Amino acid sequence: MSVVPVSYYLVLSAILFGLGVVAFVFKRNIITILMAIELMLNAVNLAFVAFARAWAQLDGLVFVFFVIVVAAAEAAVGLAIVIRIYQNRQTLNIERVNLLKF
Amino acid sequence: MTLPFILFFVLALTAIGGALLLILAREPIHSALSLILVMMSLAGLYLMLGAEFVAAVQIIVYAGAIMVLFVFVIMLLNAGVEERTEYSKIAKYVGIPLGLLLLLDLAHGMAHSLMGRAPANGAGSANVMVSTRDLSLQLFQKYLFPFEATSILILIAILGALVLAKRDE
Repeated sequence: MSVVPVSYYLVLSAILFGLGVVAFVFKRNIITILMAIELMLNAVNLAFVAFARAWAQLDGLVFVFFVIVVAAAEAAVGLAIVIRIYQNRQTLNIERVNLLKF
Repeated sequence: MTLPFILFFVLALTAIGGALLLILAREPIHSALSLILVMMSLAGLYLMLGAEFVAAVQIIVYAGAIMVLFVFVIMLLNAGVEERTEYSKIAKYVGIPLGLLLLLDLAHGMAHSLMGRAPANGAGSANVMVSTRDLSLQLFQKYLFPFEATSILILIAILGALVLAKRDE
């Protein structure tokens, strides 16, 4: 039984990261933009696990835990900010939150 | 086509399809559910890579905790259909080709990053199963200080979220 080469996982990770970038740029809802960031973090996690497997090193897996922890903290604070924006502006559209826009 | 390959392609296509749905869905709740689909298939891929503890954490923390938080906020704010607004011309004519270029470059670089120096890549790697014991030893010995630092980070994040979301009197 053959094993799937690790480079396949890395290509999948790159594709998912690219789709995350596209979602981050093109979505107009603040919550969806936060979700795009989560998608990119997931793609990076997949690359970490694949490299950890390729070199038979555990450090990559430990880093995945740290990434997950940071993602959780980021989601909590980010969503609190989203709630705050909604209370102040009554909108979730990123185009209408343009106080700092040139 | 052997079973691992079929499994890999099914999971990979599910992940990519979920990511595309996230982009194409107009309702934030649909985006959230398709992101959960991506996370579940990634957990399956982690299992195939021999990282079973990471797969469990992925489901419990990502698909469980973080996405529930997202769905909760979507429900709380009653987020409806996303408005379409005009994109700038630069985004359309320069951004899309440059984005595709970035994607191709990333995929190419990733595919060739293992060339010629990957000892565990290939036939001999079938028995490299990461035991949770080794992982925890690594986490609590070599990475003890970063581990403690993340606990402080979590504490700060909790306080920050509380302060931000509190209604002012």
